[in-house]
Amino acid sequence: MARRPGAAVVRDVGAYLKAHDHMSLLRFITCGSVDDGKSTLIGRLLYESKAIFDDQLAALDEDTKRFGTRGAELDLALLVDGLTAEREQGITIDVAYRYFATPKRKFIVADTPGHEQYTRNMVTGASNADLAVILVDARKGVLTQTRRHSYLARLLGISQVVLAVNKMDLVGYGRAVFEGVVAEYRAFGAQIALTEITPIPISAVYGDNVTRHGANMPWFAGPTLIEHLESVEVEARLAAQPFRLPVQWVNRPNGDFRGFCGRIVSGSVRPGDRVRILPAGREASIARIVTADGDLEAAVAGQSVTLTLGSEIDVGRGDVIAAADAAPQVASQFEATLVWLADEPMLQGRAYLMKAGARTVSATVTPLKHKINVNTLEHTAAERLELNDIGVCELELDQPIAFEPYEENRALGGFILIDRISNGTVGAGLIHFALRRSQNVHWQALDVDKKLRARQKGQRACVLWLTGLSGAGKSTIANRIEKQLAAEGRHTYLLDGDNVRHGLNKDLGFAAQDRVENIRRVAEVARLMVDAGLIVLVSFISPFRAERRMARALFEPGEFFEVFVDTPLPVAEGRDTKGLYRKARRGELKNFTGIDSPYETPERPEIRIDTTRLSAEEAAALVMSQLKAAGVTGPA
Amino acid sequence: MSRAESLTHLDRLEAESIHIFREVIAECDKPVMLYSIGKDSAVMLHLAVKAFYPATPPFPLLHVDTTWKFRAMYEFRDAVAKRLGLELIVYVNQEGLARGINPFTHGSRLHTDVMKTQALRQALDAHGFDAAFGGARRDEEKSRAKERIFSFRSAQHRWDPRQQRPELWSLYNARHRPGESVRVFPLSNWTELDVWQYIWRENIAIVPLYLAAPRPVVERDGALIMVDDERLPLREGERPVLKKVRFRTLGCYPLTGAIESNADTVEGVIAEMLAARTSEREGRVIDRDTAGSMEIKKLEGYF
Repeated sequence: MARRPGAAVVRDVGAYLKAHDHMSLLRFITCGSVDDGKSTLIGRLLYESKAIFDDQLAALDEDTKRFGTRGAELDLALLVDGLTAEREQGITIDVAYRYFATPKRKFIVADTPGHEQYTRNMVTGASNADLAVILVDARKGVLTQTRRHSYLARLLGISQVVLAVNKMDLVGYGRAVFEGVVAEYRAFGAQIALTEITPIPISAVYGDNVTRHGANMPWFAGPTLIEHLESVEVEARLAAQPFRLPVQWVNRPNGDFRGFCGRIVSGSVRPGDRVRILPAGREASIARIVTADGDLEAAVAGQSVTLTLGSEIDVGRGDVIAAADAAPQVASQFEATLVWLADEPMLQGRAYLMKAGARTVSATVTPLKHKINVNTLEHTAAERLELNDIGVCELELDQPIAFEPYEENRALGGFILIDRISNGTVGAGLIHFALRRSQNVHWQALDVDKKLRARQKGQRACVLWLTGLSGAGKSTIANRIEKQLAAEGRHTYLLDGDNVRHGLNKDLGFAAQDRVENIRRVAEVARLMVDAGLIVLVSFISPFRAERRMARALFEPGEFFEVFVDTPLPVAEGRDTKGLYRKARRGELKNFTGIDSPYETPERPEIRIDTTRLSAEEAAALVMSQLKAAGVTGPA
Repeated sequence: MSRAESLTHLDRLEAESIHIFREVIAECDKPVMLYSIGKDSAVMLHLAVKAFYPATPPFPLLHVDTTWKFRAMYEFRDAVAKRLGLELIVYVNQEGLARGINPFTHGSRLHTDVMKTQALRQALDAHGFDAAFGGARRDEEKSRAKERIFSFRSAQHRWDPRQQRPELWSLYNARHRPGESVRVFPLSNWTELDVWQYIWRENIAIVPLYLAAPRPVVERDGALIMVDDERLPLREGERPVLKKVRFRTLGCYPLTGAIESNADTVEGVIAEMLAARTSEREGRVIDRDTAGSMEIKKLEGYF
């Protein structure tokens, strides 16, 4: 597996290969709407850099006849449109990646479309880009969408922008038009701290100033687009920062070797360097930098390596190995910007999985501070984030992580949110800073604990979580169970949905985010009561699986009994003891579970009660016997 | 490392691929590498060895065998698995074999569907693999340009463009329910030229068919088809002639066209490629069936 020795080079191909072995890589994103000529520009870059082959050109010729919008002229835009479905609709969806190279650099282009899914696609494409090419139609100047593209590029940490003023052929290649657009754009750029702007007047259709200057704009003395892309400096910053490596995997082929694998996200490392392992905070020194090509004397940002340490300390996936004298912060509460990527909205109080670096933790948004209008940059108050919304929020994690502000380090400041049920990637976030409040509230260790309190009462503390439709019979059954428990001398408390809404939760309505908060508070109250040693009955509709799971997560294994009071909707509606279903059907009650708000059936409840077959008395007896079997209630 | 201050594009591609391999091993239960014996598989395997060194890559190789590969490919495959000490699973769609599915009587499309697409699904199900590495690259074909690095598949192996997850930064989401799986493409950002340059730089062994040598071929439907064994039925007037040829891609030999070439070294191949005016999939008969045919195959679960 050794590298081919340099001597084995033949003819001029060898020289070519050696030169190309030193070629660098630039990733950029192109932003513009359907009419700005973005696809034509990318097609032009591919065409001119000879990334297009004859058979693809032949296919293009055929495509031009079928789909082309440019008459008999070769339609370069068709080179970059991908899926059959979107070609026939004449729009592009999602992010497409294109590849081309010049003798100096290899380029990876993220091509993002400009229609309504815009924010999600552009944020995805921009997350890995070093530079953005913002296309503007010379005839139209700076539009709302130009501002939106620029804001998103800046948000994702792109500081270098090429302002490509396209369609110069349609304005007579006029210098004044170009300069007008540039002045307008610079004024806007200053508002969002975008200062590294390189304006270039181009015609993507005819190629002026794309790869060659041409004769049409002698007044423009700057570089062509490709010259600029070949020479722009982008990589130096990360290498100069302190060393950080998130551990992906621990390599243990045998008892003698323990290597920590990961990609260096900033700085450099050498054997002998002192490092700190976060979040635990223990220190060690680097013993070896192991690769299949032999040990290295040093490694830098961007490389995937395997490190061994001089002393045996506990390091696992998700830990960050960092320079000991310049380690990043560790915290569990942050202010962050969130970009919502899913059809289902983001709800405050719901627990999502957060993947940051190589670590996955649980994260809850609490609270959402405001939403940002990407067109006007205005802040507006909001309860939730919908698809393509951007908001600033506070985030609470279930455990501390090592991080850096996104502005300083994308790899330690960027994260994704994953839905626990669908496993989909639903949000992307950028950490700004840690909130100090978490560090000021210390957990009080107490001498008298839950076990002792429960033992005094001759029982094991637990929670019975009754869930089901309105009118399913939850309260009736809960009431019977509590009576029987009391008769046995148990210490109990019943939290009833309606009653709690009169007090603790009277500020909450019935919109989805309020329902989430309603459950969160009740679950926390139930936890305190279990801690007090009680058997707690919770009788709540609690329609969403995610919240019931969140509630369950607050308790120890064996403490949480999900009791599904299973009553089919027609039966519950037929009873309608409180007249609520009639109201909901008439449209007088909004967000009513089962009518215009979903009830998500429990997948694996500890106890299921079929109320079409059991009376309330029989149901209570069933629960009592289950509690006994589980050892909650011993002999009285 | 003297060049450490400025990583080259191949260094970056290599580091990204290694990162991808390690994420899958850390997050999935039972990964497998789809090993097709071609040059992309050779590069992918080389990267896997680097990712897990000094350990052996912690997954088996799976070759979905149509039984119509070149003989030289089978020899190469067995030698590689032995040299690296990796488990090699060879899977043949027995039902297809029993029905005598072949590229001549049934056409390239049915042959590919039964012996590759369906066979792959059967093999993944039979072993319960929840992640499969594949050597596909985004630059290969238009419909691949939007493929994720972690491509999510339903329990029926279907690829639903709407269910694909956004991929930001290097944060891949490999979570899935039982039965669902991910196909992972560590070479997503590599081009054909990158692959060849890397083969040259790292001195990676490849099947000799990639290098020009005198081989018996017949000209058929505008392509040069190698007569690799006696199973190739010769049409009227076809007489195998010895020509110096090589292959840009390797598939089933009756479906893979050779090109006339003098490039008998990796350098020579790269030199010819730099001057080349046709894309590498051109030699594949399967892609030409209908416009967007790759997209359709992918929806059905083809790699």
